[in-house]
Amino acid sequence: MISAPFDYHRPSSLAEALSLLARHGDDARVLAGGHSLVPAMKLRLAEPRVLVDLSRVAELRGISEKDGRIVIGAMTTHAELASSSFLAAKCPLLTETAPQIGDIQVRNKGTIGGSLAHADPAADWPPVALALDAEMEVAGPSGSRMIAAAGFFTDIMQTALRPGEVLRAIRVRPTGPSVAYVKTEQKASGFALCGVAVVVDRAANRVSVAITGIAATPFRASQVERALEGGPLTAERIGEAARVAAAGAQLLSDMHGSADYRAHLAQVNVRRAIVRASART
Amino acid sequence: MADTPREPYVGRAMKRVEDPRLLQGIATYVDDLRLTGTLHAAFVRSPYAHARITRISTAAAKAAPGVVGVFVASDVNQACGIVPCAADMPNLKNPQHRALADGRVYFVGHAVAVVIARDAYTARDAALLVDVDYEPLPVVTDPEAAIKPGSPLTHPDLGTNVAFEWSMSTGDDAELERLFKSADRVIRQRMVHQRLTPVAIEPRGCVASYHRGEQSLTLWTSTQIPHLVRTLLPGMIGVPENKIRIVTPEVGGGFGSKLNVYIEEALCSHLAMRLHAPVKWIETRRENMSATIHGRDQIGDYEVAVKNDGTLLAIKSRTIADIGSYPQLLTPAVPTLTGLMLTGCYKYKAMRMDVTGVYTNKMSTDAYRGAGRPEATYLIERMADIVANELRMDPIRFRQMNSPTSSDFPFATACGLSYDSGDYHAALAKARRLARWNELLDTRARARKDGKLFGVGVSTYVEICALGPSKAMSAGGWEWGCVRIEFSGKATVITGSTPHGQGQETSFAQIAADRLGLPIEDVVVLHGDTNVSHYGRDTYGSRATVLGGTAIVMCIDKILAKTRTLAAHLLEVKPGDLTFEGGRFSANGKSLGWEDLAPAAYVAKNIPPGFEPGLEASSFFEPENFTFPFGTHIAAVEIDRETGETRIVKYVAVDDCGPQINPLLVAGQVQGGIAHSIGQVLFERTVYDEQGQLITGELMDYPLPRAHDIPEYVLGSTVTPSPSNPMGIKGVGEAGTIGATPTIANAVMDALYPLGVRHLDLPLTPEKIWRAIHLGEDDRGGARIPEADRSAPRYTTADVGEGALEVGNV
Ligand SMILES: Cc1cc2nc3c(=O)[nH]c(=O)nc-3n(C[C@H](O)[C@H](O)[C@H](O)COP(=O)(O)OP(=O)(O)OC[C@H]3O[C@@H](n4cnc5c(N)ncnc54)[C@H](O)[C@@H]3O)c2cc1C
Repeated sequence: MISAPFDYHRPSSLAEALSLLARHGDDARVLAGGHSLVPAMKLRLAEPRVLVDLSRVAELRGISEKDGRIVIGAMTTHAELASSSFLAAKCPLLTETAPQIGDIQVRNKGTIGGSLAHADPAADWPPVALALDAEMEVAGPSGSRMIAAAGFFTDIMQTALRPGEVLRAIRVRPTGPSVAYVKTEQKASGFALCGVAVVVDRAANRVSVAITGIAATPFRASQVERALEGGPLTAERIGEAARVAAAGAQLLSDMHGSADYRAHLAQVNVRRAIVRASART
Repeated sequence: MADTPREPYVGRAMKRVEDPRLLQGIATYVDDLRLTGTLHAAFVRSPYAHARITRISTAAAKAAPGVVGVFVASDVNQACGIVPCAADMPNLKNPQHRALADGRVYFVGHAVAVVIARDAYTARDAALLVDVDYEPLPVVTDPEAAIKPGSPLTHPDLGTNVAFEWSMSTGDDAELERLFKSADRVIRQRMVHQRLTPVAIEPRGCVASYHRGEQSLTLWTSTQIPHLVRTLLPGMIGVPENKIRIVTPEVGGGFGSKLNVYIEEALCSHLAMRLHAPVKWIETRRENMSATIHGRDQIGDYEVAVKNDGTLLAIKSRTIADIGSYPQLLTPAVPTLTGLMLTGCYKYKAMRMDVTGVYTNKMSTDAYRGAGRPEATYLIERMADIVANELRMDPIRFRQMNSPTSSDFPFATACGLSYDSGDYHAALAKARRLARWNELLDTRARARKDGKLFGVGVSTYVEICALGPSKAMSAGGWEWGCVRIEFSGKATVITGSTPHGQGQETSFAQIAADRLGLPIEDVVVLHGDTNVSHYGRDTYGSRATVLGGTAIVMCIDKILAKTRTLAAHLLEVKPGDLTFEGGRFSANGKSLGWEDLAPAAYVAKNIPPGFEPGLEASSFFEPENFTFPFGTHIAAVEIDRETGETRIVKYVAVDDCGPQINPLLVAGQVQGGIAHSIGQVLFERTVYDEQGQLITGELMDYPLPRAHDIPEYVLGSTVTPSPSNPMGIKGVGEAGTIGATPTIANAVMDALYPLGVRHLDLPLTPEKIWRAIHLGEDDRGGARIPEADRSAPRYTTADVGEGALEVGNV
């Protein structure tokens, strides 16, 4: 085999998936779009003995609205998100971000749940989830629970998901049009060297800013947010606030971008994203 | 048969006959071959750049179910010989590159063992069970440090890291020194030509099958050079040449990376003989990145002697070429091509180039699209801009005053070459016109006023193609062809050049159909199987159409002469009375076509006395000279001042490859070549760390240009026939890459000129540009342009004269 050998299961319900995970414990991994897991298996960076493929679990797929929240099934693909006119109207940050992920093949297979659960420090969905204050709906052996996005990404490729748990859906509040996702690509992989998600809440006079690609985990740029609190979003204030975009972050540094450059990109992209978002009314 | 004369096929932009099978996924690549009983090879490769192998344990792998054998150096090296280096390089210190690492590994990816199993998966699994103990040794990665005293040694046995020293000069070094002394200025610049990874979309792979009864070997391999492999493999594995058949099925890209004989080809061949079963190996992408040759990797210190009026006098270069761990087939020859083209399009009076080839613990470098000429053109055209800047001259005017005019051809260069034909001024003028040069300068002026970084760049180029006259090649530079008119009157054209994506199945059919007066559907072009195409020198150095195409023309002319005697005999006229048109020989109102003449020649009951039956001819074409295609490219770029990102906003290429057999194929070659350059200029580089670990070992880390990186191109051409072959054609496979690299680099540098940046080495990544803009960093502390000069206008709008233009297809 190219990967290490594994057993393969394709349950048709969430309950079945959970029981397979319970049965195989640490040996098992769920398979979503496979666009992060399969490459890792090919390089033998991941060697799960059992794969539980969620592709036939219908209840994990699709976009709906419930109790004033938009609910996105974890198995919804990037392509489905990109082409949703419902989301374009209700939560345009999602439809703006989705087409910036990978290429057509990646978007047709890769899922939002897989991306969030994988927690790649350069992935595009995590900052979007943070900026939207998303809630992660998680199903596990002992029932369901909610995890706030703010507490979900714990370390590089680590999340608050416990063994045996499945990310079921992502819940977000509808937003107005004042949102933006601005990304600088890592030239080879197409992932974010620095990606910035912004939501401007005009009613609450508040700006949410989240950054990916520059640190071990995506994070809310709370210093930027605080600097903008209460006043008008003038070019000057935005520019000033953006200066602290990377302040305090433990910056990544590699051949694709030094820590200096990533910090600089964070400032530029934060400013551009806020300017762009606030111009959208 | 058509009675009305039809428009010739040659010159038409025809779609490739190859396309339908390639686009439908029904073409056959090596990995598509399924021979009964095939065994599969997987390699165990070194994770260290330099280490002693203290122990190899193969027991666990051998015990795995489905494994047929595990072989290490002591099992196979004797039988697999030494990897050939065919470059003429006197005094080359050659560390005897054998099939498997014997006691030491010299680069990451160096093959240590090969596992043979009943299927590819088992082979790969078992390769992981081979346990190798390594004792790491000091690693050499920086070629400049490698030649300093006390450096660790790549190959301790050689006692030095210097693989060779090579010099060429115009002859009289005293004259060179006199020119340098008499110069008003000597302008120096150091440039680094970064290492690149070729990344053919189809990795390498081969299947070897030994026929025990006949004691003959068939090797299907993804190579550009089946004929050279057939010539060289016998020296490695001991099967005589006339019992070896090499077949190249479809080949998914080469760019020079498959212009080699590799250890895997010898090993699979040997093991097929030894194990009495076909042996197949398909390279993984990671192997392709680490164990298939890399390209470029030269560091040069260049010095130009110039007069204050802009007259170029002489150029000197001291170059270090990073060879990697072993010389592959042509490794040492690559920098010599840089030397041959060092003076580019210019009337330098003297040149000198000194090259030191240096071993490092990295993969070998070898010919990669352009092979030495992109390095030459890049350095000479960057120098042209640097010199013009320093003299405050318009870079276009500077180029014009220093390049030969059309009446100077054949033009003898300071490098000792004779450029066949050219009109550099016409190509330059046409490129300016297509680029709407004056408007472009206005745009730049406006952009700069708005605080934007906008630059325009020009590069002229001349390259050396149709490699080459045998006197200048190490193993024959001719090309072979064969044409047969079949019994049915249809034609089979066989070429010894080995197209692998360039489209000669189409262009050679165009040539043959016109000359034979046949519809193109009646011509089939065969290649890439040494049992069919007996001789050849294959495809590299933009040679196939010029040399292979001419060989076909020679064959057809022989057939026409022979057929004329047959037609005259059958029509009872004198051969000289016959006219040949539209595929028919006619006289006195009577005529015969191929469908009449071919059966007559094969049935052979009514043939002229002394007439050999059959209608077939073969020819070797030996060129008298190389050809020298040329052109001018122009680019305009805008740089995001904040992020350092470059966007190409305009790209114009005017290429002169002589008459174009198929303009669509020419455009395809030029477009692909420019894409390669966009990669090299803006982001590609192969990176090893200080431990010799390949950091760009997969496509997550090695950036290739993608569709959205490619701007719209404006392509034009001029047509200056070459006197060196009957069709006057020149070759175009590498032109795009050669012309575009300096063009885009010059445009970026022009954009940064107002900031005083004199030179940055490739790739011009956003971060590098950002650092230059904001932190004032130049590569290795290069001088900044003086404050006073930064606002001096580079490029003027004054009309430089369009000259008389032969307008090609725009
Ligand atoms: C060429 C290429 C380019 C790419 N470019 C980008 C890009 O630009 N931006 C970007 O953000 N991403 C990019 N990706 C990653 C892509 O978006 C992946 O699809 C995504 O990161 C993972 O989603 P998946 O559905 O493929 O998950 P998988 O690969 O199937 O799974 C990933 C991990 O998450 C776990 N997992 C999956 N689903 C769940 C679940 N519901 N509950 C719990 N755990 C789960 C799996 O067990 C596994 O550990 C790229 C990938 C490739 C191959």
